[in-house]
Amino acid sequence: MQQDLSILVVEADPDKARQIIDALKDGGWTQVQALAQISGLERAIRRHEPDIVLIDMANPDRDTLEHISLVSDAKSRTVAMFVDQTDEDLTQAAVNAGVSAYVVDGLQMTRIKPVIETAIMRFQMMRKMQSELDAAKRALEDRKTLDRAKGILMRQRNLSEDAAYQLMRKTAMDQGRRVIDVAQALVTAADLLS
Amino acid sequence: MTDSILNCGYVALVDSAPLIIAQELGFAAEEGLALNLIQQPSWSALRDMLALGHLDAAQMLSPMPVAMSLGMGSFPAEIDALMVMAVNGTVFGVSKKIADTLGPVTFGDPHSLPLAFANAGVDHLRIGVPFHFAMHRLLLAYWQQSALDLSVDVIAIPPPRMADAVADGRVDAFWVGEPWGSAAVHRDVGQLMFTGSQVWGFAPEKVLAARRNWIDEKPEMVRRLMRAIYHAAHWLDTRKNKPLAVEILARSEHLNLAPELIDPAITGHLIPARGAAPVHVEKFQLFHRHAAHFPWRSQAAWIAAQLGGTEKEIAAAKQCFRSDLYRQNLGSIGVDLPGASEKVEGAMSHETAVASSRGHMILGADAFFDGRTFEFTASV
Repeated sequence: MQQDLSILVVEADPDKARQIIDALKDGGWTQVQALAQISGLERAIRRHEPDIVLIDMANPDRDTLEHISLVSDAKSRTVAMFVDQTDEDLTQAAVNAGVSAYVVDGLQMTRIKPVIETAIMRFQMMRKMQSELDAAKRALEDRKTLDRAKGILMRQRNLSEDAAYQLMRKTAMDQGRRVIDVAQALVTAADLLS
Repeated sequence: MTDSILNCGYVALVDSAPLIIAQELGFAAEEGLALNLIQQPSWSALRDMLALGHLDAAQMLSPMPVAMSLGMGSFPAEIDALMVMAVNGTVFGVSKKIADTLGPVTFGDPHSLPLAFANAGVDHLRIGVPFHFAMHRLLLAYWQQSALDLSVDVIAIPPPRMADAVADGRVDAFWVGEPWGSAAVHRDVGQLMFTGSQVWGFAPEKVLAARRNWIDEKPEMVRRLMRAIYHAAHWLDTRKNKPLAVEILARSEHLNLAPELIDPAITGHLIPARGAAPVHVEKFQLFHRHAAHFPWRSQAAWIAAQLGGTEKEIAAAKQCFRSDLYRQNLGSIGVDLPGASEKVEGAMSHETAVASSRGHMILGADAFFDGRTFEFTASV
């Protein structure tokens, strides 16, 4: 198989970097390197001579990479951002997944595309996992806030747990707000007054 | 009336203020618009999102639409500047270490600084700028022509990380937009040397940009957006509003910065070094005064020329600064319009009254620090 491409992944989060590398290695690419610190980018490009550099679109260091790609001299390998005007679907898919790619001059599209598709799939998966993780964390936070608010009402108003919850629910309904927002306001106010 | 929602991209800088104020103070709503302000992590990301249609309009570094329209850089696309969103507003500074090597220097003197570097034995600097296609880099290259003994490595650093880059020694100097220069001073890692306005008196720094085909397809949206930004910028540049502007910007979820970091750019009172007295810089940053919004075709030409554009490219660049739309969309609400759409860049060493539709336009001094002038002979 013609998969002897050198790929550099710029990613500060070691866990994410490992996931992307694993996905690429599973896809049959063996020369995959990760770079955590953008300050070493120029050196890394000279050392690994990557055919493709992958970077998260949300990574602010992209502007550093762009500049290097625009000023790198003929002796070093020039990489340019991957935008395929003939395959806008792929470009859009990459943007939606949040991955951007820089490829070495003259590399064939047939060799670039599988790498980008693999990266897109992995980025989509990581994004989904991240949003699930965020949702779980938020649910846990909300639960803690609700419990604290209930506790405050139970102490201050001498209510049962159930009555405390019903009071918050009624207040929320009357004011057209969510129960968690009422609980949050109560906790904030209690913190300020204590 | 239901407001039309426009997705607008911006980068967290003080000069994104016209977009934020337009939304927060209701200038957009007055035009029947709701601006969905979407902060972008980098200029590259903002460019991609605008070019691919995820954003309708965006704050952009003034050289970006020119470069994209001329096919320079990573993402060629037909992008136009509807109007200038901020004039000036950048600073050049050095690390504490370089400042100590230099000894006492006068703030705001781009003429003398090359000699001060030479006398102190500083012959090489790694200089951070925000982006390749940025006025910062063009002004740096322009200023560097007067510092022949100084060699420079330019490194692109995202503005919010500039102070870190100075602190950890990745760069020796920086050319950056506010508040990030003041942030470096505040952290006592850097010292300001001069401002962008002291190199070019009237440099278009940010523009309001959109895709050419979107502009053609949605003339009504374009008209409303331009008016909303115009009114927001007018409000911002009114002296009595400035304290409130600082407060709104600091409080808004969009910038998330301390008021003391936002204040210098809005008021023009800069603190060049930690503990130093504030210095007032005339025209440090303009949103509205002196027809700051007007997208002079000659400004686009200057940018294209600095980017190494051919005569043909310079002519093409002029077309993407849309003074035609400015006249059309703002003239009808009584905004004063200059008689010409091009000027000799750098020719005005002080405020100058020029012919205009309402007869009272006074342009700000636009001289370059070395007195050069640029004329891009017009056929349009």
